Amino acid sequence: MDIHEYQAKKILSDFGVTIPRGGIAYSPENAENKAREIGGNKWVVKAQVHSGARGKAGGIIVCDTPLAVAQATDKLLGKKLVTNQTGPEGKIVNRIYIEEATEIKRELYLGLVFDRSSESIMVVASTEGGMSVEEIAKKKPESIIRSKIEVAVGMQQFQAREIAFGLGIEPELIRRASETIIGCYRAFSELDATMVEVNPLVISNQDQILALDCKMSFDNNALFRRNQVSELRDKTQENTNEVYASDRGLNYVTLDGNIGNIINGAGLAMASMDMIKLAGGEPANFLDVGGGATPEKIVKAFKLISMDEKVKVILVNIFAGINRCDWVAEGIVQALEKIEIKVPLVIRLAGTNVEKGNEILKKSNINYIEANTLEDAANKAVKALG
Amino acid sequence: MAVIIDKNTKIIVQGFTGKMGSFHAEEMIKYGSNVVGGVTPGKGGSKHLNLPVFNTVKEAVKNTGATASILFVPPAFAADSAMEAADAGIKSCVAIVDGIPSHDMIRIKRYMRRYTKNEKMSLVGPNCAGIISPGKSMLGIMPGHIYKEGRVGIISRSGTLGYEAAQQLKNLNIGVSTSVGIGGDPINGSSFKDIIGKFEEDDETDAILMIGEIGGPQEVAAGEFAKNNMKKPVIAYIAGLTAPKGRVMGHAGAIVSAYGESAVEKVEILKEYGITISKNPSVMGETVKNVLSKS
Repeated sequence: MDIHEYQAKKILSDFGVTIPRGGIAYSPENAENKAREIGGNKWVVKAQVHSGARGKAGGIIVCDTPLAVAQATDKLLGKKLVTNQTGPEGKIVNRIYIEEATEIKRELYLGLVFDRSSESIMVVASTEGGMSVEEIAKKKPESIIRSKIEVAVGMQQFQAREIAFGLGIEPELIRRASETIIGCYRAFSELDATMVEVNPLVISNQDQILALDCKMSFDNNALFRRNQVSELRDKTQENTNEVYASDRGLNYVTLDGNIGNIINGAGLAMASMDMIKLAGGEPANFLDVGGGATPEKIVKAFKLISMDEKVKVILVNIFAGINRCDWVAEGIVQALEKIEIKVPLVIRLAGTNVEKGNEILKKSNINYIEANTLEDAANKAVKALG
Repeated sequence: MAVIIDKNTKIIVQGFTGKMGSFHAEEMIKYGSNVVGGVTPGKGGSKHLNLPVFNTVKEAVKNTGATASILFVPPAFAADSAMEAADAGIKSCVAIVDGIPSHDMIRIKRYMRRYTKNEKMSLVGPNCAGIISPGKSMLGIMPGHIYKEGRVGIISRSGTLGYEAAQQLKNLNIGVSTSVGIGGDPINGSSFKDIIGKFEEDDETDAILMIGEIGGPQEVAAGEFAKNNMKKPVIAYIAGLTAPKGRVMGHAGAIVSAYGESAVEKVEILKEYGITISKNPSVMGETVKNVLSKS
């Protein structure tokens, strides 16, 4: 789960990281008042969407007066911001963060992720803040510092110090820089994060160390024990169909093609998508109804796919184990009594009681194309596109 | 003797009296697995499915001599149960459960560092279908009848794709020595490399089919291991050749392993290591057959 910049900053500040003064606004008047409250003579108006690269997309505006802050807010609120990470449909701006402008001396990069090879937490830092980590890796790979943290004992002072010195931070700021790095580590480890990225981490002209922008993602599997994090979810930032799916326990990713998929198991779903592409088609989605493929889940899956207007053919591929094909087939029949499907339907069942399952489908009133193997199913789905 | 489990392996079920635990314990018993009891804290001393229930894994091990366990406990308590099993001297533990936090998985793995190589439990999963040695024993939730007894080892991250492979092999009259589902989570108990090494040493396995997918370094690590340490042929299929990039991991993730995590890259690297690639998921069986006929 992703959260907004202002939420991530609030979390960091709770862990002792300094952030510029700021406040959230939902209207131009609101924003103007916030600017006056914050004080000073320069403000940054920042559109809050779940995406990086907002500056290039026009989502970040520097203003010299509270009135200009109100105008900038008016310009951004309610609009869709299209960045190179949001896709062409963009993301809606419902919240604006007003922040005092910072005079920047140096921009640094600080990121924390899981390292799947060493199964530990990896800190990645660079002197080249402000550009994306991919860009840093390409243009200035020698600037990258990596440090593996032993999770059982947590991050040690010396490790933070090594990173800070590695970033060329002046000796009198090392203590504060170490506290900042350890604060980020603690946020990562204590809140079940999967990513914390402070980019840029800046040293201001006044020698403050500040998190100027921050992104955080959290482990969905751990949200049950992180109420303060799960409260921060903003569904307006997620694809409508994906929200619908996740609320119903389906694992769904929307894609660009026109063959809708209903499959059990993530691996089989990916494999089916591969087969569709090989057959010359394009999948409209990735949808895993779970290994069990219960009738309830299948009904929900059909509903979800029927909401997607770009779908021209539906491919159902279920490998039934304990759940048995006859049971799955009954689920399909039930689903299609409730939901009208106007596009061709290809069904491939495999596994336990496959003959019984196919018989149930044949005896029903369902209009469908039967397929036997993965390959057969993909070919028939592409052919059904006409 | 196949890998990890055979027909003599004594099995206990953790979360025995719950709905999932009961259902799958019965399925395992029907298949012929040697289930000797189970653990549900607070229900020790009672009987379930005609087998003894214990309060702790230690008691269960002491009274039954069990060496393997399977977890059917909710995700929030799964890490605790796995560590309890390790501490009680269980040698092989399968965690079926989907939804264990990654931080918990790391904690389990750190906890297990206290054991020497010989005392260390091998954890398989989480979020997996488990292990089956066809005709001998099943420590998992798979449909046992789709596996024919034989001499090909299967290792798969995905459950249903592993079933697909077993079925394809069976249709070609090729059997399986053991099939191990290592699970789809980013941090898992056993990697491809851990299991592939066991198959190399197993005198009942002739070839290994490895079914991977996008993300993570494990397929490549296994490929490197195979090149340097293995004589038996390895066949691989990597799912997600067409999956879009960057939907799962955030930015900083890209840098940890900038190269080698997409399916296309994995396939390229595995080929260099001399592994035979099944070019699509519907020819996994045929690819294995071709390799077997050459060796």
